Amino acid sequence: MTVSDTGDLAVRVRGLTRRFGDRAVIDDLDIDIRTGEFVALVGASGCGKSTLLRILADLDHGIDGEVRVPRRRAVAFQAPRLMPWKPVWRNVTLGLPGGDPRRRAEAALAEVGLSHRADVWPKVLSGGEAQRASLARALVRDPDLLLLDEPFGALDALTRIKAQHLVAELWQRRRCAVLLVTHDVEEALLLADRVLVMRDGVIAHAVPVTLERPRRLDDPLFAELRSELLGWLGVGEDIAGRRAA
Amino acid sequence: MTSEVATIARKASSPVLGRFTPKPRPEPRPRLPSAGAPELVLVQPEAERRGGLPRPLRRAIGPVLLVALWHLLSVTGVLSPAVLAGPATVLTSAASLWATGELQDAILASLGRAASGLLIGGTIGVTLAVISGLFRLGEDLIDSTVQMLRTVPNIALIPLFIIWFGIGEAPKIALIALATAFPLYLNVYAGIRNVDQSLVEAARTLGLSRAAMIRHVILPGALPNALVGLRYSLGVAWLALVFGEQVNATAGVGYLMNNAREFFQTDVIVVCLAVYALLGLIVDFIVRLLERLLLSWRPAFSGA
Ligand SMILES: Nc1ncnc2c1ncn2[C@@H]1O[C@H](COP(=O)(O)OP(=O)(O)O)[C@@H](O)[C@H]1O
Ligand SMILES: [Mg+2]
Repeated sequence: MTVSDTGDLAVRVRGLTRRFGDRAVIDDLDIDIRTGEFVALVGASGCGKSTLLRILADLDHGIDGEVRVPRRRAVAFQAPRLMPWKPVWRNVTLGLPGGDPRRRAEAALAEVGLSHRADVWPKVLSGGEAQRASLARALVRDPDLLLLDEPFGALDALTRIKAQHLVAELWQRRRCAVLLVTHDVEEALLLADRVLVMRDGVIAHAVPVTLERPRRLDDPLFAELRSELLGWLGVGEDIAGRRAA
Repeated sequence: MTSEVATIARKASSPVLGRFTPKPRPEPRPRLPSAGAPELVLVQPEAERRGGLPRPLRRAIGPVLLVALWHLLSVTGVLSPAVLAGPATVLTSAASLWATGELQDAILASLGRAASGLLIGGTIGVTLAVISGLFRLGEDLIDSTVQMLRTVPNIALIPLFIIWFGIGEAPKIALIALATAFPLYLNVYAGIRNVDQSLVEAARTLGLSRAAMIRHVILPGALPNALVGLRYSLGVAWLALVFGEQVNATAGVGYLMNNAREFFQTDVIVVCLAVYALLGLIVDFIVRLLERLLLSWRPAFSGA
């Protein structure tokens, strides 16, 4: 923790505390995320992952401590949160400064494979399509930090795998810093350079993922990291093994 | 139908059996003794299910039957003309009122009143609702006041309005304005306050300014409610119009009706009632059209 200049950092958090009433959900937490680094944050439900992400997104100001984030940020939430009264392409460019919105929307939608849905109302999109539109809306802002709060949580298994591949691909092309909040250890290991385990209001453990990309679930190191993380999450190997079988 | 099914079944089954060596099949699952193959029902496409009349015609059936019944009761003498004139008489007196130009004048006068009342009341209601919906200070100053005034029955204010505004057009328009302001206020305010908070939050992460947020998120989000308010307002505007025109009117449908009462012309009274009903229907149609245009993004349940 000797970093004093933030030259190489996309996120720098020191001594962050967030209380709801007299309960500190985040309690003296430190995080650094390097530029271009893909970090996954895992933790039990209710441990404060979304709270942390909302603070980094500048949506929650009731905090103590030091939080530094880049000016250009983008967020994709678990629900796509598209404005139902705007066609998809207008959603993508909503609030975007600069000219030629249609062309930029089309480019962003093409990147997520949704060109053909540019002119429809969001309500007619399928779950996966809506989530990709929400991703396009985030990417079109060309962010230095992309915040993802369980963006695949509501998708069916097949669509989720496709969406994970899409995010991996987009990140390799763009190289922006990513913080992916998830409760899925395998998802974290498939995508991230580093997996952080959140517990008791702090980052309790960090696992660097040195697996080569594209990653394979049947890699022996993958299984090792997986059981290490599950251990930190308080899920015994016996339970996890039973689930996989 | 049955022969088609049979052909398809034959086509599908014969070559398949020839080409593949069938695997040993597992024993069929035991069935309850009574259960054979389930009975299959045909799923009908919507076009077939809705047999008979097209919808606009179906909607006309009720009113047409009612008028037919009314006609029947009139010609058989069950309904005497002194109580209620028959449809034939009503039609002829409508035609003669139209020929003299009285009816058109009355309709225009009444529509003018309703429109100016609605314009004034609507502007006031929507403006107050937007202010108290968007700003906490506005809410504190406006909302409780409006909620208090709302409970006073509008009609009870007619005597006061006559004292204030005399007996010309002003008290009638004021009554309509007052009556229409409240439903619009209440619904627009509720619409603004019920805008999905998660959408507002998402818009904040997109860097929308306050003005852009209001324009692109809050007002469109309040629109469904606002249109409900408009519908209510139009309903009470009509009611207020009828009441207002009972007060010493010198023009308008209410004036025509009051005159007819003096001379026991039930046919003219019915003409006036029909005009009120017709204008109400037309306005309702316009609101429906507006809803379809402005809320096209919302797939709505349209009834089974
Ligand atoms: N606005 C709030 N008011 C009170 N408690 C909250 C609020 N937001 C979150 N919490 C509490 O903080 C804890 C962490 O929530 P959250 O960050 O959403 O968890 P998760 O890790 O599942 O995303 C939960 O116990 C939740 O009830
Ligand atoms: Mg969460």
